[in-house]
Amino acid sequence: MLVSNLELVPGRRIVSHFGIVQGSTVRAKHVGKDIFAGLKNIVGGELKGYTELMQEARQEAVERMIAEAQSMGANAILNVRFATTSIAAGAAEILAYGSAVQLDGG
Amino acid sequence: MLDLIEFGIFLLLLIVGFFAGTIVEKRHYASIRKRERQYADVLAFAVRFPPDRVTPQRAFLVHGTVVISSDYFKTFVAGLRNLFGGRVRTYETLMERARREALLRLKHDARRQGAKLVICVRFETTTISTGWAASIEVFAFGTALIPERDSAIAFGARSGAPA
Repeated sequence: MLVSNLELVPGRRIVSHFGIVQGSTVRAKHVGKDIFAGLKNIVGGELKGYTELMQEARQEAVERMIAEAQSMGANAILNVRFATTSIAAGAAEILAYGSAVQLDGG
Repeated sequence: MLDLIEFGIFLLLLIVGFFAGTIVEKRHYASIRKRERQYADVLAFAVRFPPDRVTPQRAFLVHGTVVISSDYFKTFVAGLRNLFGGRVRTYETLMERARREALLRLKHDARRQGAKLVICVRFETTTISTGWAASIEVFAFGTALIPERDSAIAFGARSGAPA
């Protein structure tokens, strides 16, 4: 599965379009991380726990998007975009979406 | 008496925040500059289309993310700034550090997978409430390209009609 935020892939042609596919996940942070973050808010610097949390969440959103595209029979997702929304204090939704297409060759 | 203790704690946090925050920021900038030199060979552009649209290229998504926290002093200064308006320098450096860090991680991701060119780079910024203060997340993503055949003929085809 080719995943890209380009509108076209150089040297490849779009054979057919399957429409929009998306994957999302809602994540909450746990208390331990919050206490540590509270301390970090005094001295500043990277919150590694949170970086990992966001990374995992995006990974999962992308995987779900890929699963949807696969079920349609697509071999690529183009024009991929991401969106993050905080639903409530401590919970955020991460969304990945794009256009599922069939590319020739490869 | 209780007020005095509270004020003392506030002052202490302010001082700790200022010194620790300055050290953390200086170190981070030094690390960013060093890695920016190391990753100078990985090119990242915001353009939507590749410079060479004809040669078949392997394309895949690469990304870099960082969550970075403000310190007590910065947060306090920004709070003061809210009264008068104007530039919040303390947050400007925070945002800059986060963006440069995210871009570096994107380049790291690209090089790890053998790419030297990333196009269509986009940034996304989110504020995350962590504890009592806000932290920011910067997410950079783009498409890495690796030419599938690096022959001179393929590069000669570049001057032809756009794909």
